[in-house]
Amino acid sequence: MTSDKHGWPLYEVFVRGKRGLNHVHVGSLHAADDTMALTHARDLYTRRNEGVSIWVVRSEHIAASTRDEKDPFFAPSADKVYRHPTFYDIPDDVPHI
Amino acid sequence: MSDDHVYMSLAEGHEDNARWAYGTGFEDPLHGVSTAVPDGVDRAELAELCLALADDALVSAQRLGEWTTRAPELEEEVALANIGLDLLGQARLLYARCGQVDGTGRGEDAYAYFRDADDFRNVTLAELPNGDFAFSMARLLVLASWRLAHFELLAGSADPVLAAIAAKGVKELTYHRQYAAEWVVRLGDGTEESHRRMQAGLDQVVPCLAELSAAHDAGEAVLAVLAQVTEAAGLSLADVPAAAAGAGRRGEHTEHLAPLLAELQSVARAHPEATW
Amino acid sequence: MTQAGPPSADDAPPELQKHFDDTIARDQRIEPRDWMPDGYRRTLIRQVAQHAHSEIIGMQPEGEWITRAPSLRRKAILFAKVQDEAGHGLYLYSAAETLGAERADLTERLIEGRQKYSSIFNYPTLSFADVGVIGWFVDGAAICNQVPLCRSSYGPYARAMVRICKEESFHQRQGYELLMTMMRGTDAQREMVQDAVNRWWWPSLMMFGPPDDSSPNSARSMAWKIKRHSNDELRQRFVDMTVPQAEKLGVTLPDPELRWNEERGRHDFGTPDWDELMRVIKGDGPCNTERIERRRAAHEEGAWVREAATAHAAKQAARAKKGAAA
Repeated sequence: MTSDKHGWPLYEVFVRGKRGLNHVHVGSLHAADDTMALTHARDLYTRRNEGVSIWVVRSEHIAASTRDEKDPFFAPSADKVYRHPTFYDIPDDVPHI
Repeated sequence: MSDDHVYMSLAEGHEDNARWAYGTGFEDPLHGVSTAVPDGVDRAELAELCLALADDALVSAQRLGEWTTRAPELEEEVALANIGLDLLGQARLLYARCGQVDGTGRGEDAYAYFRDADDFRNVTLAELPNGDFAFSMARLLVLASWRLAHFELLAGSADPVLAAIAAKGVKELTYHRQYAAEWVVRLGDGTEESHRRMQAGLDQVVPCLAELSAAHDAGEAVLAVLAQVTEAAGLSLADVPAAAAGAGRRGEHTEHLAPLLAELQSVARAHPEATW
Repeated sequence: MTQAGPPSADDAPPELQKHFDDTIARDQRIEPRDWMPDGYRRTLIRQVAQHAHSEIIGMQPEGEWITRAPSLRRKAILFAKVQDEAGHGLYLYSAAETLGAERADLTERLIEGRQKYSSIFNYPTLSFADVGVIGWFVDGAAICNQVPLCRSSYGPYARAMVRICKEESFHQRQGYELLMTMMRGTDAQREMVQDAVNRWWWPSLMMFGPPDDSSPNSARSMAWKIKRHSNDELRQRFVDMTVPQAEKLGVTLPDPELRWNEERGRHDFGTPDWDELMRVIKGDGPCNTERIERRRAAHEEGAWVREAATAHAAKQAARAKKGAAA
């Protein structure tokens, strides 16, 4: 991925809201590196709540199972969290908001 | 539904609302702290100190507020606002304390909105225009490191209110310093352009250390941070000037403070009888 | 609703289409890796992106008052609110990215005018009362729109909405509370509030979109459970919710046709100027150019910062590799 064109890479964020709970996936964000990802995650997803534990991981480093392993459609993408199509051409016509 | 359940369990972990920037459930840093001024504390000196520290914070928060909708990335919008909100919070607590001890009984807004530039006691570094992101980060690094060193001392203040405000501020300022340091390193090390801008920003900020040291001598603390950060960033650190009596603390400001205050105070002064 | 049956398949393998249709029919969520019809994906990307853009552009009209807020308490509240909007934009871009869109690409589309945002943010904020009225009307309308979206069929969007709705309710309350305070203040303040109400009422009603009979995509989005209620139904809810709040506040909503209809058990109200809505959507609102230009400037002026961070990360990674090899 050439970052200049695509911006900073995507990270997935997992937060443990309090002791005794598992880390839970809360969303994603963009950051140039792990340090920045943790800083951003703390700012965005915990509003800097002290005592919260955060994990961040590059989205592309997560391997994911498919919901239906027999489904041949998923075989090529079984190693991605999302089925990232290379490009989705979104129609730009005027919508209703 | 089970997916909601997992999600909601996270939300429930924060039921105190502490993670929301505002709303209910703020932790009051002064809860249980007596507001009586202890014997042996000089009220005039305490008021003067609170006012100066409050002005530094308010003017800095105003500049950070100007970044809103102009930050280089959306994640930085959130981060800069967090820092601005922390400083605004510090300013409010310090103005309130000032009003309790200076004998006037004024509230926070009287200090913020109804004083003129030559009544403000902030250091002039805080009032300089934002410049580019590099200058803003150099300034934040220096101001946060300097204020942090001061607050660490003040956490042991004889005045319990100031001590409590400072103790809360130490946590915040540690984060501000870290945020700024990370950016100074990134920009110093990043590209040719960012290196050039970062060096220029730093060169503009370093001379202001003279005024900062005169206002509060943070000893080696600020210099140690600057030395460490500039080395990691591949930046050069200009000669740090000796302390020179600060203009801002005497109410002598650059031409930039008056317009900043004119904007900050415009609505409040247009409706002096109003309640908000 | 007139449309019968599920949306048409885009030449989908029948068993995948059936699995998708059954999931929707059972009111379960579609998740990122599930097969979904291309039309569903495209419609969602467009809807979520527009929603994200609206949050980000929506920071501007209120953001202009952060530096001028007339008390430190109001300043802190407004600062935090505008910050929340940046956060909401990020949650929503994050949801859009699970569909295969890239934020950088969506941002390009926004600043090139190829994707839209809510028309309401193309109106100017002329006094501090506008901050209160935006909280009351615009965030109130957003809540009407968004609470049903917490049950949207697309999981990441629905979850983002749960988080956002929690914060929006704070926003609406703070707006209304500001207006109540101002109504208890001076005559000039009361006039400011009424003036702001007059200016924002009709644009707020337009936030729900054109009337159902001229909203071509609505039926399909409702069949897919991406949208849960029609534009007109949501608009009616908003009016019914707002009228008693206006009475309590002591302001007049600027609609001579507004009255309680005993028979329907709901309020009758006038027709918004749909030509105006179309003009604003097409780019001829009072502030369209200004809003996009600000966003473009921030994006372009920030490019060197984003590039520097990327370059630093690459250098760090290379250094770490070299260090490990040595």
